[in-house]
Amino acid sequence: MSENKEKMITVYIMGKAYEVPFGLTIMKAMEYAGYRFIRGSGCRAGFCGACATVYRNKGEYKFQTALACQATAEDGMYLAQLPFVPANRKEYDIAMINPEKNVLSEYYPEINRCVSCNTCTKSCPQELDVMYYIQAAIRGDYGEVSKLSFDCIQCGLCAARCPAEITHYHVAQLARRIYGKYHLQIPEHLLKRIEDIDAGKFDNEIGKLKKMGMKELKEEYTSRTIEKIQRGEVTQ
Amino acid sequence: MKIPYFPGCTLKATAKSFEVSGIAVGKELGIEFVEMPRWNCCGTVYSLATDDLMHQLAPVRNLAVVESDMEENRVVSFCSMCYNTLRQANNLVINDPEKLKTINEFMDTEKDYRGGVEPLHLLQVLGEVGTKEMEKRVKKPLTGLKLVPYYGCTLVRPEDVSIDDPRDPSIMEEIMKAMGADIIDIEYKTECCGSYQTITNRDAVVERTRKIIESAREAGGDVIILSCPLCDFNLEDRQREVREKYHGFIEMPVLYFTQLMALAMGLEDKAGFEGNQIDPRPLLEERGLLEG
Amino acid sequence: MELKIGYDDKNLALMKEVEEISGQPVMLCYQCGKCSSSCPMADDMDYLPNQVMKFIQIGATEKILEGNTPWICAECFNCTVECPKGIDIAAVMEALRLSILRKNIDVLRIESIAEEEIEDLPPIALVAAMRKLTG
Ligand code: FES
Repeated sequence: MSENKEKMITVYIMGKAYEVPFGLTIMKAMEYAGYRFIRGSGCRAGFCGACATVYRNKGEYKFQTALACQATAEDGMYLAQLPFVPANRKEYDIAMINPEKNVLSEYYPEINRCVSCNTCTKSCPQELDVMYYIQAAIRGDYGEVSKLSFDCIQCGLCAARCPAEITHYHVAQLARRIYGKYHLQIPEHLLKRIEDIDAGKFDNEIGKLKKMGMKELKEEYTSRTIEKIQRGEVTQ
Repeated sequence: MKIPYFPGCTLKATAKSFEVSGIAVGKELGIEFVEMPRWNCCGTVYSLATDDLMHQLAPVRNLAVVESDMEENRVVSFCSMCYNTLRQANNLVINDPEKLKTINEFMDTEKDYRGGVEPLHLLQVLGEVGTKEMEKRVKKPLTGLKLVPYYGCTLVRPEDVSIDDPRDPSIMEEIMKAMGADIIDIEYKTECCGSYQTITNRDAVVERTRKIIESAREAGGDVIILSCPLCDFNLEDRQREVREKYHGFIEMPVLYFTQLMALAMGLEDKAGFEGNQIDPRPLLEERGLLEG
Repeated sequence: MELKIGYDDKNLALMKEVEEISGQPVMLCYQCGKCSSSCPMADDMDYLPNQVMKFIQIGATEKILEGNTPWICAECFNCTVECPKGIDIAAVMEALRLSILRKNIDVLRIESIAEEEIEDLPPIALVAAMRKLTG
């Protein structure tokens, strides 16, 4: 560990060489080199999808893709951050949708341009079967799209790499929304909880939280107990 | 007989009755269609450009899956366009190892395709069973029903992928004769329905639909039978527009040939007539082939 | 009909491009007209397939690209089967389409297809049209 700390590596950020300590994530390596993330960073924990990045390893021809907050910077990496993917996203009212029709093709007809090149799947840092969920979208199979895309964090790398200009992650999100609203059963315990909320059962506790200062809140958060919920059981 | 089955997008979407009836008919004849564990759209139209390998990835990827995941050497599709695209792409890569090599560089989740899969159409597989075997399964012969087989383009052209005589195919006729039906031949039997021009040149397609249906009507036909979901869309769904444009135009039911095979074999619950744009049931009831 | 013929750099380039993409010997066409007589979409074409072949041969490429022929073609392969010289005319049409589509021009504007229309269309129609008419 202490040896590693001393060890420095060279990375190339937008073409310029920087010495950074070994063992940092790409994001931290760039920050070490003096870059500040105003966009393209969020949770720093691999959940928000804000930090899509493209890089290339020394001696290789291939572009690689990753989440900058997750992938470790290696010696000789060529780095560049993607600030944003200007992807096509449709506005819709989920309540107005006819789930019997293929709404995915209707709102995102360009999915039919897929050539099955598999570039999206290769670029996905979540290792999803992106190509196969777009294929399922073409035939309007909401369940299959939802299943295959469930772990998508919407980083946009698939869309940035797609030769057919498809915005996979927005298609998948629409599919999951339709599937959730029209095809899945509404969980009873959720209905019960909503009822409780509407009846004001938690007003008191929320009120207390709202009045707390930052320090108190933090303490409350770290000392919280996590309830174990049995399947189908409603905890009070 | 067990055979790998490539469904294609449309059989899972707007042409479900084709899939359901085809699988039921196959089962009755001792054929089990084993759906591929994973598959993608075949591309539907074959790319004719010598330098456009990107559009060959889709069909070849499917063939690679049959070869590597299923370890089989044949695959059948019911849809004529899927058959055509898979077959033409297969011919391309078998005859051009250089191109196959380049395409294989994009097969990262499959093993390299070696060209060992023969794409077939459902009609060919049924042909292997033979009409004698089929006749034995007929419970309700389609007596007196005058069928007009429509092959369209992709089963018979280009010539090197034709499943039958490219100018005068008869495989569908033979099968339906075995079902007890009468066959009516029309000159448009292997002529194009207008295909995807249905989006960009709708009027031209509506006009073709009118010509084809009218010629079938004049020849005394009752029902058009076919095996392509795009032909079906153009010849069936577009009839509504023909009727709006031409007074006196009489609609004609358009069915997948497997729907009528299912009926003849006593599997009418698998025929899926309720899904047809132009309801064939009144006609079939009138002919005593369906209970009212 | 006003017809600009003769070879200049521009139409020579297109002729070469079409021959390369299609892999077809366009010059072999001797105008028998069987392609056009067998073409189911001929009624809707500005120029018949055999005229298009002639236009390529004589360098009247502007005429072809003004007309709708390659965009009306539905790739039914009648012309290809009928051609006594063995020219795959469907492939020539494909090459003409690609000479435009490869410039990042979409002939079918996807955004212009009405949503209600897409609801009814089978996937097979959408995939085919997008493969043949968008770049
Ligand atoms: S910053 Fe949220 S996923 Fe990387």
